Amino acid sequence: MGLQVACHATAVPMTDQAISERSKAAARRFAVVLGAPPLAWQVMFFVVPLGFLLAMTFWSVRNFRLQPDFTLANWVTIFKADFFAKAFVHTFTLSLLAAALCSLIAFPAAYAVAFRAKPATRRLLIFVLIVPFFTSFPVRIYSMQVFFSPPGIINRLIEPFGWGPVHVLNTSTGTVVGFLTLTLPLVVLLQTLALGGIDKSLIEASHNLRCGRFRTILTVIVPSARVGLVLAAAFAFVLCFGDYISPQLLGGSRPPTLSILIADQVKSGNNWPRASVVAVSMIVTLMVVLGVLMRIAYGGRKAS
Amino acid sequence: MKASDLREGTRSAALGGWTALVFLFVFAPIVSTVVFSFNADRFPSLPWGGFSLAWYAAVLTDDSVRRSLVNSVIVAAATAAIATVLGFAAAYVDYRFRFFGKRAYMALASLPPTVPVVILGVAMLTFEGRIGLSGTLAGVVAGHVVLCSPFAMALVRMRLTDLDRDLEPAAWNLGASAWTSLREIVIPFALPAILASLFITAAVSFDEYMIAWFVSGLNETLPVRVLAMLQGQVSPRINAVGSLVFAVSAILVVLAQILTRRKV
Repeated sequence: MGLQVACHATAVPMTDQAISERSKAAARRFAVVLGAPPLAWQVMFFVVPLGFLLAMTFWSVRNFRLQPDFTLANWVTIFKADFFAKAFVHTFTLSLLAAALCSLIAFPAAYAVAFRAKPATRRLLIFVLIVPFFTSFPVRIYSMQVFFSPPGIINRLIEPFGWGPVHVLNTSTGTVVGFLTLTLPLVVLLQTLALGGIDKSLIEASHNLRCGRFRTILTVIVPSARVGLVLAAAFAFVLCFGDYISPQLLGGSRPPTLSILIADQVKSGNNWPRASVVAVSMIVTLMVVLGVLMRIAYGGRKAS
Repeated sequence: MKASDLREGTRSAALGGWTALVFLFVFAPIVSTVVFSFNADRFPSLPWGGFSLAWYAAVLTDDSVRRSLVNSVIVAAATAAIATVLGFAAAYVDYRFRFFGKRAYMALASLPPTVPVVILGVAMLTFEGRIGLSGTLAGVVAGHVVLCSPFAMALVRMRLTDLDRDLEPAAWNLGASAWTSLREIVIPFALPAILASLFITAAVSFDEYMIAWFVSGLNETLPVRVLAMLQGQVSPRINAVGSLVFAVSAILVVLAQILTRRKV
């Protein structure tokens, strides 16, 4: 990967040809010295490991030892395996469901923060939404585990109403609760930013034309913020699809998701080539899903 | 008029209530972790069992927790330093130069956080096993830098947007070398973002559990230790560790926030 400075982008025109030539060469050297280290690191520890992961899907395991090979056996085994098909469908549907659910739950909140809150409150709420992103997710999931456990707070709260007890732990509902814990702060945040970017005069115009609130939301606000809303849902899907903590600790890994398959194959099964096949399938799936979502976000824009 | 006012009021209240519920869902786990870390009872539920620091004492005297905490601090510090330097370099290259393959370069510099960490984890493990890095803290740092430097780049790049692009060329025309203008103009201007990026990347690394879980082997970091505790019994110790981890991250993020808010 050659880093070439085709033209060094200064806004100031160099009048003196000689100085210009010398400084161009210097600028090129300078750009390479600065630009090469980040590139080298990402190639060495990102591109090469992922390439290696792909290569390993064709390796074989003999007598518990990895051997470089070129066999399709791992791919065949995994794609024929019932457990993989089940895990794939389960992970995919649950992530899709969680992304949709999360978008719907988040929207009224984002709407309130973007349009109803005072500027100072809005800034505070936006900052507050960043915080969960930097707080240990496993610990938050542990709290959820405690909330939803049979003697936990949720069941205590609904008991007086004659409801419950609800069984959430070790079910797919539990996994979805975990997915929402993971994605809600981010989705509310991204939706708020998307809604904040809408031209307010469009909304006023809609009201002046006697468009009701809900109709304004559906015909003006959602289409205007489409890119941001779809992007938020896409992030939610990606996060859920790769999450290991929720399905393991709240879903009880029943049934296992793809990330649990990977962890099991690596940690206990010690079959790295098969884990690699699952991982590569996940990457390909994500690329396809993101491609489709980007189409929805940016494609087919009408002129009106 | 009256009826529509009433309807509007109900609508507003419903919207406010829903928003409050969403925020409650997001923050209840964080608040309850902190609150119940001080609860004397073994099982975290209501009613409150009395104030106690016993769980903190139990955690702080636990050798495995202490070792993992030291490991986490080392990894976070090294990650923050390396990721910020690399992120700054990439951001400056994007700000200053145009070159063939720039789109690919920038994609590579910003893409890693979009790959699920479970996949990054296996990839790092298989690759680092070959070059003898797996099971070492350096191996964890290598993975964390991949994950963190895009954040550092984004923070610095945003700041550089406000730096007049003609300022450096002016300095060059006056005879300053590229290094001098970088040192005297760009770095001082980007300093708040550079510091913010140190804190943010440290926070991300300090909380990262998946890459660390795959790669760290016997040299557990704190989140990996927490994960091991989570696989076991319900224990108020987890609340105590969790609160400590929250406190560290929260301080780092608030510091970063203050720095990025500050105007020149």
